[in-house]
Order: sequence, then C-alpha cells, then structure tokens
Amino acid sequence: MLEIKGLTAEVDGKPILKGVDLIVPQGEVHAIMGPNGSGKSTLAYVLSGRDGYEVTGGTALLHGQDLLAMEPEERAAAGVFLAFQYPVELPGVGNATFLRTALNAIRRAKGESEFDAMQFLKLARERMKALSMNDEMLKRGVNVGFSGGEKKRNEILQMALLQPKLAILDETDSGLDIDALKIVADGVNAMRGPDFSALVITHYQRLLDYIVPDRVHVLMGGRIVRSGGPELAKELEAQGYGAIQAAA
Amino acid sequence: MTAAPQPGAAGFLARYQGLKDHLPGARLPWLAALRSDAAAHVAARGFPTRRVEAWKYTDLSPVAQAGFAEPLTAVAGALTLPKPRCAVRAVFVDGRFRADLSALDGLAYRAASVAQHLDALEGMLGALAPLAEHPMTALNTLMFEDGLFLDVPAGVDAGHLELLSIAVDPGRPFAFHPRHVIRLGAGAKLTLLESAIGGSAQYLHNPVFEIDLAEGAVLTHGRAQQEGEGAFHLSMIHARIAAEARYDTMAVSAGARLTRMEIHAALTGPKASCHMNSAQLAAGRAVVDTTTALDHAAPDCASRQTCKTVLAGQARGVFQGKILVRREAQKTDGYQMNQALLLSEEAEMDSKPQLEIYADDVKCSHGATIGALDADSLFYLRSRGVPADQARSMLVQAFLHEAFEGLEDDVLREALTAAVDGWWVRHGTAS
Ligand SMILES: Nc1ncnc2c1ncn2[C@@H]1O[C@H](COP(=O)(O)OP(=O)(O)O)[C@@H](O)[C@H]1O
Ligand SMILES: [Mg+2]
Repeated sequence: MLEIKGLTAEVDGKPILKGVDLIVPQGEVHAIMGPNGSGKSTLAYVLSGRDGYEVTGGTALLHGQDLLAMEPEERAAAGVFLAFQYPVELPGVGNATFLRTALNAIRRAKGESEFDAMQFLKLARERMKALSMNDEMLKRGVNVGFSGGEKKRNEILQMALLQPKLAILDETDSGLDIDALKIVADGVNAMRGPDFSALVITHYQRLLDYIVPDRVHVLMGGRIVRSGGPELAKELEAQGYGAIQAAA
Repeated sequence: MTAAPQPGAAGFLARYQGLKDHLPGARLPWLAALRSDAAAHVAARGFPTRRVEAWKYTDLSPVAQAGFAEPLTAVAGALTLPKPRCAVRAVFVDGRFRADLSALDGLAYRAASVAQHLDALEGMLGALAPLAEHPMTALNTLMFEDGLFLDVPAGVDAGHLELLSIAVDPGRPFAFHPRHVIRLGAGAKLTLLESAIGGSAQYLHNPVFEIDLAEGAVLTHGRAQQEGEGAFHLSMIHARIAAEARYDTMAVSAGARLTRMEIHAALTGPKASCHMNSAQLAAGRAVVDTTTALDHAAPDCASRQTCKTVLAGQARGVFQGKILVRREAQKTDGYQMNQALLLSEEAEMDSKPQLEIYADDVKCSHGATIGALDADSLFYLRSRGVPADQARSMLVQAFLHEAFEGLEDDVLREALTAAVDGWWVRHGTAS
C-alpha cells in the first residue's frame, strides 16, 4: 500500500506540490490525471527520489516504509519503479548490460542470486517477445536511436524484468500509436495482481480504456482535487479540466 | 651516507660525466657523438619551463627540482611479476632488460636488449628522435642504458609481445630512461602490449620509442601505464609510418603523479594511417597530459584520434593535439576528438587542438568537450536500483567507450580495461 499524506515539494524554491493526499491500496491501479504543468511528473520524481525536487512537508510510505528517507536505489530495491515520461539515452552503455545490471542490483538487494548472461538473455528474450520488441534492441546503447514508442516499450520491459511492487507510469501513453498503446497496456495488465500496485499518470483518457483503473484522481495546482471511479476519466474527457477547476 | 643527488639538468649532466665511460656503447664513436650532442642540448636548455610553448600547461618543476639517483645495480630478492598476458614477454626492471624474467626464445624476429645490440643499431637509434625540439628525448639520449630492440623482418607476422616495465623501490628517488627501438619491415605485423608498474617507488621513468614502419607494416600498440603515486612518467614516441602502413595506438594512463604521453608521428607515404586513442585518468593532485603531433606528409593518408580524460579530486588534465597537413598531403582524412569528464569541481582541464592545413583537398574535423557526469543519466540508473558508485562507474566507462572503439584485439582490450577498472577501484568511489 502507498500512503501519501500532506506531501509538499518545491523545485528551484517554487512550490509545486501543495499538500497531496493519496492512498493506493495493495493490488490496485490508480490513475492520476491533470492538465500540463499540474505537478504530475513532480509527484513521480518526488516518489522516486530525483535530486532537485525538495520535499518540504508530508510523508510517503510504501508498505509502511518511509520512501522519502531513502536513496533512489533503495526505493527501487523497496519495489518502486518509475517509467519515465522522457526515458534517458545512455550512449556507450549497452541496453543488455544496463538491463542485467539493474536486474541483478534489485535481485541482490532482495537477497536473491544474480543472473548470469545466459539466464538473463533467456528471461529478457521472453519478456521482449511479449512486448513485440526486437532482440536487436538489446545490442544498442540504452534508448540510443530508439523511436519514441521503442523507448516507452523499453521502460515497460524494465518493469517486467524488475517486478516492482509499485509502478509509476508517467505518461507512458504519450507518443504511442494505438497498437503500441495496446502492447504497453497488456504489459501493465500482465503485472496486475495482489502484490502489484500502479500509479498511471496520463493526460488523456485513452490509455484508461486499456488499463482500467480502480480509481481516478485529478491533480490540479499541486493537490488532488477530485477522486472517483473509472467513469471520472470519461467525464473529464467530455467536459475538460475547466469544469473541475470551476467546481473545486 | 652519500650526499643527496644534485637536482635538475645539472644533476643529470654531472651523472653523465661520471658514468659516460661505463654507459652501454661507450666505445662506439657514433653513440658517443650522439650522447655528447644530447649533453649539449641538455646543458643549453635543461628542463623545459612553462614558458616553453609545448609545456605551457604541464609544470615540470617537481621533476626539475627533485634529485634522482641511479637505479640499484642489482635488484635483490624475488620480484612478483603480474600474470603474463602474452606468451612472448620482455621484462625490464628499473629500465634494465632481465633475460631471466623474459620469454623471447625461438622467435621469427629479433626481440632483444638494446644495450646488447648497440652495434646493430647504428643509423637506427637516434634516426627518428630529434634532440633540439624535445628536451626529454635529449635527456633520454644522454642517459639511456637499455631498452627493447624489436626488428621484425618483411612479411613476418610477429603476433603478440608484452613489454613490461617494473620499478623497484630502493628507498630513494631514482631515474631511468629506456630507449626502445622498433622496426617493422614491409608488410610485417606486430601487436605490442606495453605496461608499466611501480608500486610505491619515487622515480622518473622517461622512455623514448623510435618506431619505424615500412610499407604496409601494421603495428598495434596498447599501453597501460599503472605506476604508483610516486612516479613521474614522461614518455615519448617518435614514429615514421610509410606508405600503406598502419600505426594504431591506444593508451591508458591510470597511475603516476605526473604523466605525459607524447607522440610525434609522421605519415610519410600514400595511404598510411595512424589511430591514436587514449584514456587518461587522474585523481588527487595528479597530472595527466596527452600531447600529440601528427604530420601528414603524403597524400591519401588517414588519422583518427580520440582522447578521453577523466579527472577527480584536484587533478589536472592536458590535451594538446596538433595535426599538420602539408601541401602535398591531398585527400587527407583527419579526425580528432578530445573530451574531458570532471568528477569534481576542483579538477581542471586544458585542451589545445591545433590544425595547420596547407593542402586544399582535405577532410579534417576536430572537436572538444568538457563536462560533468550527467545528473539525469545518474538518476536513471539509480532509479533502476543501481547503487550510486556503480552507476557512476558505468557512466565513466560509457564516457571512455569511444576511445576503446576499434580496439579489436582481445589481449589489449582486456589489459587496458583492467587498467581502467583498477583505477576506478582505487579512486572512483571517493570522487
Ligand atoms: N526541473 C524543473 N525546473 C523548473 N521547473 C520545473 C521543473 N520541473 C517541473 N517544473 C515546474 O513544475 C510545474 C509542474 O511540472 P510537472 O510536474 O512537470 O507537471 P506535469 O507533469 O503535470 O505536466 C510546472 O510549472 C513546471 O514548469
Ligand atoms: Mg509530466
């Protein structure tokens, strides 16, 4: 379970999150929607521990553990995974090396045995097949020369390999055509189960046709201003954020 | 108790006066003349100061001010040698050839001690190493006692050879000046792995290489400098590359308190080529300097150079890369890239690319960057569970990646990668 209470954070001295309260019970998938600049990515970064995002108040607990006190790699070991809105390119770092290093870092932290190159390749190929990814993507530099859709799929592949307890998907749908969107949604749906929760951040309702959330929250002006069932996403699609703003 | 040796050029000249009748080849007139010529240059110029253009960024005063004695005449006790990386191996201790530690039997080419083959070296030793412009070459010529003589006949593929230099701590500062002479006949091939180690000894290691590649010869030269923090490593390569010959060198500087690896290479015949890559790493207050001069003196030649510098602590790095394209060197293809990664705010890099082009039909590009580790890349790795130290190490390796590109020989690649990894283990986690 993820419990966020009264979370405030600033960037460059500018308050962005102004008291976020949010609970995602274990096994549930929640969507966060909101207009551009409302603080969705900021929330994702604060939860995953990026430098430069200063927490000024509140708490965030994952299964009772204080996330905000941990280094980014400790959060990853505790089960947090962020699928980046803009995945980073790492020229000179082979994608296979990157994926295996990450997998083994997480396995080590969990006290599990590390995968050798053969075991890793077998697992990676299996997961890549499910995501319709070409094996050749293992040989390239991390995200180097990948199309927008390939980058997003590479994020989902990492999620599938690392098996997090809490996945935060930051606009994973942006820039995807409908086929890619379905593949990504299938990847997320395959993870669903009692030990997996997700925060699906999106600007559009479209993704939520394929990843049907248990709850939908609207983030505006650094706060959750409304929460509801999946139907709330449809309402937003029809009426826009303006109506909510007026009501809030 | 003997008096401390006199510092500077005067100290070396005094030692030369005392030793000159005992230095190898003292009775060979050509060599005596060469040494006395060198003495005149050393006496006239001494150690270069920063007012000398070529030494503007690297301060040799710690070398000039130190007093260096001779190496021990006999090194006592058993030496622990690193595991051989090649079956054929020439080992030098304090600059002197050690047949007992080397493995050079049954070769199809000559690999031997310079000191023992000086009669065969007339006209060769000194031929490529001008004394006037190069003060450290002059000092080497004055003082050298030994070195490796490699003579690969035309058409012979010599395979791999490891040249290992070990310095043994005599408990006082000392200097040695190996002179290596390498000649490859037409179409000959050699892969040379040069490594230098030195533990805690305080010394000046001042090797000079004269490399002469005949038509179509191919020399692949990997260099792993992993000397201790008491070492000054000032090395010089003078190379002549004939038509269709290729000289590929990849150097890793990952030790010593001051390292300068200087290369002067001339492409003297059509379609000759030279790749000179380097990865230089420094931490603490160490200084690393890569200085190169490529002389494109014939048409249709290619040169490629990638120099990567990684600096931690208060280290300083220097890159000076000159490319001269003479009027007759049409269709030259030249590329130079030098990039520095600063792991600390107190580290400093000076870089000076210098292109002098007199031919009109050439393709020459160069570039330089200086930067810190990318925060987004670091966060990306850490968010995947990779610990910060390991993430930094991966990004440093990624930064060095291009310098290692094209290094296809597994023996060289492994040795040079190990030199980088060793540096990271000693210095990386602290930065
Ligand atoms: N690194 C940053 N530097 C400066 N301002 C930032 C930075 N990141 C976010 N912001 C600001 O914070 C606000 C929220 O941004 P963000 O969290 O990216 O919104 P969203 O993801 O909902 O579009 C915006 O006003 C944005 O300009
Ligand atoms: Mg965003």
